Amino acid sequence: MIVKLIDFLRDRLHTVIRISYVVLALLVVNDVLVIDKQHAHTRIEHFPGFWAIFGFVACVAIIIVSKWYGHLGIMTREDYYDR
Amino acid sequence: MIGNVWIHPALIMILGAMGLPFVKRGQIRSLYLVMVPVLAFFDVAVIMQHGVFGQIDFLDWQLTFGRVDRLSIIFGYIMTLMAIIGTIYGMREQEDGQHIAAWLYVAGALGAIFAGDYIVVFLFWEMMAFTSVFLIWFRRGPGSTACGYRYIMVHTVGGLILLAGIILHYKETGSLAFTHLNVDNPSPADYLIMTGFILNAAVPPLHAWLPDAYGEATVGGAVFLCAFTTKTAIYTLIRSCAGMDILIPLGVIMALYGVVYAVLENDVRRLLAYHIISQVGYMVAGCGLGTEMAINGAVAHAFAHILYKGLLFMGTGSVLYVTGKSKFSELGGLYKKMPGTFVFTLIGGLSISAFPFFSGFVTKSMVIAAGFEEHVYWVGFLLTVAAAGTFLHTGLKVPYYIWFGKNNCSKETWDKAADPPLSMSVAMGIAAFFCIFIGSYTPYLYKMLPYPAVAAEFHPYTAYHISETMQILLFTALGFFFLLKKLTPEPTISIDLDWFYRFGGRGFFWLAKKPVQTVDAEVSEAYNFMGLRPLMTISLFWSWFDRHGIDGVVDGLARTVLKTSGLVRRLQAGRVQTGMYYAAGIVAVLLIAYVVQ
Repeated sequence: MIVKLIDFLRDRLHTVIRISYVVLALLVVNDVLVIDKQHAHTRIEHFPGFWAIFGFVACVAIIIVSKWYGHLGIMTREDYYDR
Repeated sequence: MIGNVWIHPALIMILGAMGLPFVKRGQIRSLYLVMVPVLAFFDVAVIMQHGVFGQIDFLDWQLTFGRVDRLSIIFGYIMTLMAIIGTIYGMREQEDGQHIAAWLYVAGALGAIFAGDYIVVFLFWEMMAFTSVFLIWFRRGPGSTACGYRYIMVHTVGGLILLAGIILHYKETGSLAFTHLNVDNPSPADYLIMTGFILNAAVPPLHAWLPDAYGEATVGGAVFLCAFTTKTAIYTLIRSCAGMDILIPLGVIMALYGVVYAVLENDVRRLLAYHIISQVGYMVAGCGLGTEMAINGAVAHAFAHILYKGLLFMGTGSVLYVTGKSKFSELGGLYKKMPGTFVFTLIGGLSISAFPFFSGFVTKSMVIAAGFEEHVYWVGFLLTVAAAGTFLHTGLKVPYYIWFGKNNCSKETWDKAADPPLSMSVAMGIAAFFCIFIGSYTPYLYKMLPYPAVAAEFHPYTAYHISETMQILLFTALGFFFLLKKLTPEPTISIDLDWFYRFGGRGFFWLAKKPVQTVDAEVSEAYNFMGLRPLMTISLFWSWFDRHGIDGVVDGLARTVLKTSGLVRRLQAGRVQTGMYYAAGIVAVLLIAYVVQ
């Protein structure tokens, strides 16, 4: 059943991706127009779509910084300790 | 009710472990395996009353084995619950030793949790280290022995630091009671005790033992390891060091450090191990903040973490169990073969990532909110960055590169892949149920927390919080799919701080080997030069003297005689020859007698 569902979605990958973009857009629209920001901890969160930008930037930063750090020589061959 | 009788849950685990070898194989054994941890759970969850129990006089001190209050009881509750799940998961393991090691390890954790003084804490602390190492050794892989020794040596050092702290603390205060230390103005003793505790919590730079060991442990062993050591350390930190400022930056560093290394990691279980460091960072930071809400958050997150991390280790452990592989670069595309395991692991991934209606959502936010409420904004924001990183790896990278993505499986791996045996699936099902239950019905967990009144006022399901979380998580997912190429697993290992003791150990060997060998060679050389050479020379001289001095005289004479007699023989035949020969012989004998004299 699970396999069938996954295959069903994979066969319609383009539709799935399109729906995902719509969901993302709706999230931002919801943030800008609907959500009451009374509960926000800080003022900067009142910026429209703040957490969306935060999430995306955080993700990209983590990947790029980590990979840069790893390729400084931290990542090494698997038998490094076996010499 | 049983009244005032108090049974230590650790005792149940220890007696259960001792009895296991006498239980015959088959269904009775399965029943026994389930019943022992269930009994311990029942003991903690139902029978146990608040109070102080099990006090024994020992030398000058009074040891307290049972201090039961809200804090110890919730940790005891989750530890015994996890012991049930872990034992069911490992039920197919026929080797008694593995179950015994795991149960004694649980007993160590429970002993430390209910301990009322530092001596008892230390006793069970060491018990945990020396029993859990067998969960690594039983893997019997090529690196298991060395890995186990590294693990036990690091923990021995940590234990000694703790012991030193305890002794100094006793000297200072005259008390061994396991209570709050002087966190506002810590003495060296307090720092030593804290160091001993944070080593077990895997706070950098004292963390490298964790991914090293958990990546090497047995399939079932890792499920136990990921739950008990670090969370017992969190308990002891809350008990002794809550509100210690230094723990806040340490916790935040941990949370981010784990995320960075998780990006680089190619081995699934090592990736999850780095995420333990990351998640325990929230608890350490909460402990450092020290407010009632932060302590609630740390405890709640520990509770949820034990279940979802156990679930994740069970899911990836199942992949390892059936395929024998745990590296992203040797897996992929397995959703057709292992759909059940995929769903369970995904539930674990969504829980750790704090999706609404999963356990992390109602616990992680408590710590972050406590940071914001204390107006330490950088803590709140950086922990949120780590939350994005958590979803990136455990929620996206792990499922994607095992069950989807490029199929890197060899034909053998592919053929072997299938959902694991029933007992393993049942254990995953139980853990998955709790992950969703905690997230969906908050009073269950919130009522158990140390400060239930504060917890009751915390409402994670506000429109703002849900919107905030969904934005962070889904835009993280967007970033993940944008940078998918950059994340392609690389068959590498990442150097961490265990480099120092791995090569430090080698340095020690070098020191022991190189100079000692050199000295040894030099001594042999000197002996050769000053002892053997003269001896040889002298013997050579004597040998020469023997040949040319003594033998020369005798043999030379004999040779001359022979030569002469040869000549004489030609001159005449017969008896003269014989006579001369005798005459020469007599002369020779006389000459020898003369020389020897």
